[in-house]
Amino acid sequence: MSAMGRVVRSGVARRRVQTVVIALATMMAVTASVLGGSLLAASSGPFDRAFAQQHGAHLTAQFDAARTTAARLMASAGATGVIAAAGPFPTATAAPRDVAAEFDLPPMTIVGRTTPDGEVDHVSLSQGRWVNGPGQIVLSADYPVGPSPLDTDLRFPDLPGQPTLTVVGVARSVGRTADAWASPSDVAALTAPDATGGYQMLYRFAEASTAAHVERGQAAVLALVGSPALLGAQSWLTIKDASEREVALFLPFLVAFGALGLVMSVLVVGTVIAGAVGTATRRIGVLKAIGFTPVQAVRAYVAQALIPATVGIAAGVVAGNLLAIPVLADTDQLYGTTTTGVTWWIDAVVVAGALGMVALTAWAAALRAGRLRTVDAIAVGRTPRPGRGRWAARLTARLPLPRSVSLGLAHPFARPARAAAVLAAIMFGATTVTFAVGVAASLNRVQIAKDHAAADVVIDTFAPPRGTGPAPNTAPRALSADDTAKVTTAIQAQPGTAEYYRVATTQVAVAGMTGFARLDAFTGDASWGGYEMISGRWFTRPGEVTVPSTFLTATGTRIGDSVVLTDHGKAVPVRIVGEVLHPTNNLLVFADAATFAATKPNLTAASYHIRLADGVDVSEYLTGLNSALATSGFTAASEQSTGGSSTIVLLDALAALLTLMLVAVAAMGVLNMVVLDTRERVRDLGIHKALGMTPLQTIAMVIASVLVTGLAGGAIGVTAGVAVHRAVTPAMGDAAGTKLPTSVIDVYQPTMLLLLGLGGLLIAVAGAFLPAGWAARTRTAVALRTE
Amino acid sequence: MTVPAIELHDVTRRYDDGPPALHDTTLSVAPGEAVAILGPSGSGKSTLLNLIAGLDRPSGGTVTVDGVRVDKLNETGSARYRRAKIGMVFQFFNLLDDLTVIDNVVLPAQLSGVTRSAARLRAAELLDALGVARHAAAYPGRLSGGERQRVAVARALMNRPTLLLADEPTGALDTASGEEVKRLFNDLHADGQTIVLVTHDLPLAESCATRTIRLVDGRVVADDVRAVTTGRGR
Ligand SMILES: Nc1ncnc2c1ncn2[C@@H]1O[C@H](COP(=O)(O)OP(=O)(O)O)[C@@H](O)[C@H]1O
Ligand SMILES: [Mg+2]
Repeated sequence: MSAMGRVVRSGVARRRVQTVVIALATMMAVTASVLGGSLLAASSGPFDRAFAQQHGAHLTAQFDAARTTAARLMASAGATGVIAAAGPFPTATAAPRDVAAEFDLPPMTIVGRTTPDGEVDHVSLSQGRWVNGPGQIVLSADYPVGPSPLDTDLRFPDLPGQPTLTVVGVARSVGRTADAWASPSDVAALTAPDATGGYQMLYRFAEASTAAHVERGQAAVLALVGSPALLGAQSWLTIKDASEREVALFLPFLVAFGALGLVMSVLVVGTVIAGAVGTATRRIGVLKAIGFTPVQAVRAYVAQALIPATVGIAAGVVAGNLLAIPVLADTDQLYGTTTTGVTWWIDAVVVAGALGMVALTAWAAALRAGRLRTVDAIAVGRTPRPGRGRWAARLTARLPLPRSVSLGLAHPFARPARAAAVLAAIMFGATTVTFAVGVAASLNRVQIAKDHAAADVVIDTFAPPRGTGPAPNTAPRALSADDTAKVTTAIQAQPGTAEYYRVATTQVAVAGMTGFARLDAFTGDASWGGYEMISGRWFTRPGEVTVPSTFLTATGTRIGDSVVLTDHGKAVPVRIVGEVLHPTNNLLVFADAATFAATKPNLTAASYHIRLADGVDVSEYLTGLNSALATSGFTAASEQSTGGSSTIVLLDALAALLTLMLVAVAAMGVLNMVVLDTRERVRDLGIHKALGMTPLQTIAMVIASVLVTGLAGGAIGVTAGVAVHRAVTPAMGDAAGTKLPTSVIDVYQPTMLLLLGLGGLLIAVAGAFLPAGWAARTRTAVALRTE
Repeated sequence: MTVPAIELHDVTRRYDDGPPALHDTTLSVAPGEAVAILGPSGSGKSTLLNLIAGLDRPSGGTVTVDGVRVDKLNETGSARYRRAKIGMVFQFFNLLDDLTVIDNVVLPAQLSGVTRSAARLRAAELLDALGVARHAAAYPGRLSGGERQRVAVARALMNRPTLLLADEPTGALDTASGEEVKRLFNDLHADGQTIVLVTHDLPLAESCATRTIRLVDGRVVADDVRAVTTGRGR
């Protein structure tokens, strides 16, 4: 073995702790970078990417089988502008029942397809396999069933013979072309006897970037097929818009995480390597003294850093790719996309970047050491360093603290550059945690506010029970006047009712706007019902309305303006009195039902919302109310925020995982610095021990050495985290088409900030703990021999 | 008979490889004795001192100092033991470079929980007695070797140790400074301080030791108790 090889090998072996730290730090950093990079990649135009990958359908058209033929539909692929088409696929709509769970599911559009592939709409399977015969069904990942529906039996009780299909797979069509897929023969069996069958056609157009393009394409298709045959059509732009609105809430959040991960990684790797090589100055001097050229000495040290770093990078790539599986599954769920793991180029860029970064910092640090005159370099380790930060030592010595603590407090001032690196690591860690906690809290509040779920008890007149899945799109069961009276009486008679309101959902036209606006018409005061106001107030009398931000933007109105709603040909002027938090793409109006007494006299309530008097037990109340309601056929249930809960869980899980990782990276940085410090102070530690410092005192000293830095880093980090949150959250709201009320932005309470600030301290202490233990176990006899 | 200050019984210290650094050593030191340990480099002198100080543990045998079974102490116990009973002086002084002279001296007291202000008085007295009082506020780096060693001795005496252990205290000093330190040890012995002194420096051993123990390859080969005279050389 060459002299240099031997030096490198012995260097790696002798400095085992340092080597392990380099390997661990690069591993963590690479893991974080792979994840961060993947998040950034996944978050860049998620819909467009997934849509392009799947050759999504620009137009999904539904035809009446009685009015056209498969042959004619097939021929429509030749329409001008159509570059690819798939179909005709037979379709049916039916409502299944989960046999085992005895639970009715929302009605689904089932498409008969023998393969997930094709020229248009390559459906990606996320679980199980495609149908390969009758009796099987593949569910859309967007269809609301549990997370692992494989092998579930779905029965269609409304159809003759009650056909039953078994779920064999879960797949996602980015263009949302179906709720489920089955073999074409099953689709025929799922067609109700009185209904005519349907055909689905999927088209891609040469040009489809605007609504006009898609409409032109649709017209060309209909020219061949005939307009009467068209039952319905869906433009990809509608889905894109909805998806992007939905995603807009989380996208900045995930991007911020990805970016923080990358920054932290660079920081930690840089400081770890520079620190490790920097402490070797004396040894480099010795190598030069015995005849190494400066270049050889530098190369020896670059190699010494690269060996453990390479191991760390390899492990980090593996860990990153493994961790990315659940993370990307989560983002797929959030974005409605499909990914197949980390893109190869992210791995490549991260590996190359990390190796380059390690080599460069090691080279720069070693070069600095190599340039030192040999005598000076040798002297570095031997003579006392020019005493930096002695003022701090003098100052702390006077503090009324145990001496071990005051000794530690002065340490960072002796190595200001190193302390700055520790500070930066802790700061980034604290920023991340603060930001993550804040965004998670904001998103939680948005999701909760979206549900308007402040009531204790709800009677929902929609078919399936609440709490297990989102409300289906079926029309509410028409409440007769008799029903309404029955329910109202039961609620009023039930002891414990504090107040209640009922909501009916219908449509009105907005003068000057095309299409309809959804109208939520209230009877009773609903201002307590979880409607978070952005500005203005909740309506208090007929003729006043409250609207979401989208309505104001779309109609160009402001609070205080009057708008005219038209209903059954009659104009109903209303005044906008408040802007309410309700992320939506559509026009939506909240108003008193009495406003429409003339035009909609028979509004039937979709739901009743009841607030209980203080101290009333919800389950007792429910038992009482439900027995009173028994004859009406409706059930009351306790209110649970349902709509966003799975999203919240997903986001919280993601935030927790990413935060944990970034905190670990930060702690790694601290660990490394403290290891370096401890190594340098091994002689001092020996002296302390010889003078009677106990292991506990030693640990106290080492921990104290990161206290100031930890506190400062925590304070700065928390401030920065709050600032980032302040900047990012409104941007998230804007992207989602809603302003956010201050209650969503002001999520930090003083105690919480204090705790977060102490989090910085915690990172510091966590990072210092191991080396503190090592310091306590220093072999004094050995340490004192080093001179 | 008084309790011996130090009692080693069949003490062996073996490192991973090679012959034991200390081999079945049995010896007893009475209070007030000044013992010089002599021997060639690598003969186990420092090992012996470290065992007495509780900085190292024997592979076999027992070490008792002032009635305390040193070999049985855990880390914390041995730290407390050193604080209370041991003062150590090293060849290379082992002063803390970032602390002033006075802060170095008060450190052992502070580690025992004594406040700085309470400890300062005794530290100042010690520095005065050792003739380095004017350097109290200086940093050790500015002092000469002899001055540094006096500061180290002051620090060792801070907690009024039962036992003063010195490992080649003159090894890094020039002749004049060596002489200073030699006189210092003579004075300490005259005051009744029990001292164990490792040294290459034969004049030092002869002038201030009442007894010389010679180690070769980890074994005691000679143990000469001189008639207790003044302890002030011949
Ligand atoms: N930590 C250690 N690990 C291995 N061998 C050691 C260690 N300390 C001392 N030795 C060995 O023990 C023997 C005695 O060392 P030491 O007591 O330092 O000798 P002295 O102080 O008399 O010069 C030597 O051979 C030395 O190499
Ligand atoms: Mg020795």
